[in-house]
Amino acid sequence: MTGGKSPFLWTLFSAGGTVAALLFPIHLFLTGLAFPLGWLDAPSHESLQDLVRHPLARLYLFVLISLPLFHWAHRFRYTLYDGLSLKHLAPLIVVVCYGGALLGTAMVVYTLWNLP
Amino acid sequence: MAETITLSVARYRPEEEAEPTVQTYEVPYRKDWVVLDALNYIKDQLDGSLSFRWSCRMGVCGSCGMTVNGEPKLTCAVFLSDYLPGPIRVEPLQYFPIVRDLVVDISDFLEKLQKVKPWIILKEEKPLSEGEYRQTPDQLDTYKQFSMCINCMLCYAACPIYGLEPGFVGPAAIALAQRYNLDSRDMGAQERLDILSQKGGIWDCTFVGECTKVCPENVDPAGAIQQYKLAGAAHWFKSLLLPWGAK
Amino acid sequence: MSSDVHYTLHHPKWYRRRVSVWWWLQKRSYAQFVLRELTSVFVAFFAVVSLWQLHALGEGPEAYAHFMARLKSPLFLALHGVTFLFVLFHSITWFNLAPTAIVVRLRGKRVPDFVIAGMNYLVWLVASAAVAWLLLRG
Repeated sequence: MTGGKSPFLWTLFSAGGTVAALLFPIHLFLTGLAFPLGWLDAPSHESLQDLVRHPLARLYLFVLISLPLFHWAHRFRYTLYDGLSLKHLAPLIVVVCYGGALLGTAMVVYTLWNLP
Repeated sequence: MAETITLSVARYRPEEEAEPTVQTYEVPYRKDWVVLDALNYIKDQLDGSLSFRWSCRMGVCGSCGMTVNGEPKLTCAVFLSDYLPGPIRVEPLQYFPIVRDLVVDISDFLEKLQKVKPWIILKEEKPLSEGEYRQTPDQLDTYKQFSMCINCMLCYAACPIYGLEPGFVGPAAIALAQRYNLDSRDMGAQERLDILSQKGGIWDCTFVGECTKVCPENVDPAGAIQQYKLAGAAHWFKSLLLPWGAK
Repeated sequence: MSSDVHYTLHHPKWYRRRVSVWWWLQKRSYAQFVLRELTSVFVAFFAVVSLWQLHALGEGPEAYAHFMARLKSPLFLALHGVTFLFVLFHSITWFNLAPTAIVVRLRGKRVPDFVIAGMNYLVWLVASAAVAWLLLRG
């Protein structure tokens, strides 16, 4: 294996960036703006629960939330290195960024597991 | 009375001053003059002590790269008329140590260039009797763009990552490595990947993209590095799934 | 690279400028780059909101209604407005840069950049429509 963990982390970054680029605008527009502002009718609790009962929907939600967190971890890590010249804090930054993404992923798995 | 234009030129005379200063010169404005012509006018007519590098005057040798109004440029390729009404700020290339005036030390770049083995690596030479190594136009096309580099180092002067992380191999060298990786005659991709997977290699790049914007030969080093990353990641997963496969 | 350039490091007379921490304020395109990188913070923010939504969904109708009410507060509306702009910026820069990284060759010829970018936008459109259909059809 060449390159340590970099190729793996970069792949997660890229996959997460693609998921976020493709799917976040529409989800954010609906959930964050159109539903609260009453532009469109929000789906009811029941219909959403019906929707997430399907295993494929759960897989979708896992990918939707987890991968973009790793995208953030990787990108934000380098933003701190380059944008604020904080490379000397690298060990701490790595733990906070990827640790945060791992924690978020664990919470997604836990939440999805416990959905009725 | 002929028109003139002002050039603010960075000076650094290590035997006299501790840090660079700015000197302004008034030169004739001529529509067909490039910035390098104005510098040569200064050198010949106004101040023989000004130091700068140049050679071919036609965008081939890559030695007259300087920072013009904050942008890395080949001074033989930008006209005075591009910067009307002036003044035009001429400084040495960013991120390289300044030796004198507009002359920078490029040994770091030369060392990095060698490190990526920018030559065709063969496992075994064919005997002469078997003829030449042939290549189709399509095969040539895969790497031709990356082979146009003239080593002018504008991309290094544009790359903040190189400035922040002097160990970074940098755009031109990686693009050149990719040029040989993509060459159908070459067999050195693995050797180069081993080198460029280390610290300072392809994974240090965060795709600022400036290297591609400033390249006078449209080499697109940023593209070369991202494509290299994609190939590197694919290789990583392959070696994970098939650890016994040929390394 | 492992070995540094040893013989140039301590040359006494050469002048070296330190890169300022604020280098990215010195040029428009650098600032744009940092802005692009900072979109990741907003991406993470919305991922966390989605996680919260999922949690509320599992807690039952009451908790979910409470969550939806919270999204109506001016604070969240403002946050989501800003986040939406940044996430859009992420999508557009991501799709526009995709052709530089992804090289596709068809019959020996490189597929032009605008085709690759166009495909990205097309997939974006289809995916968005599918999500909207799933959430709005009831």
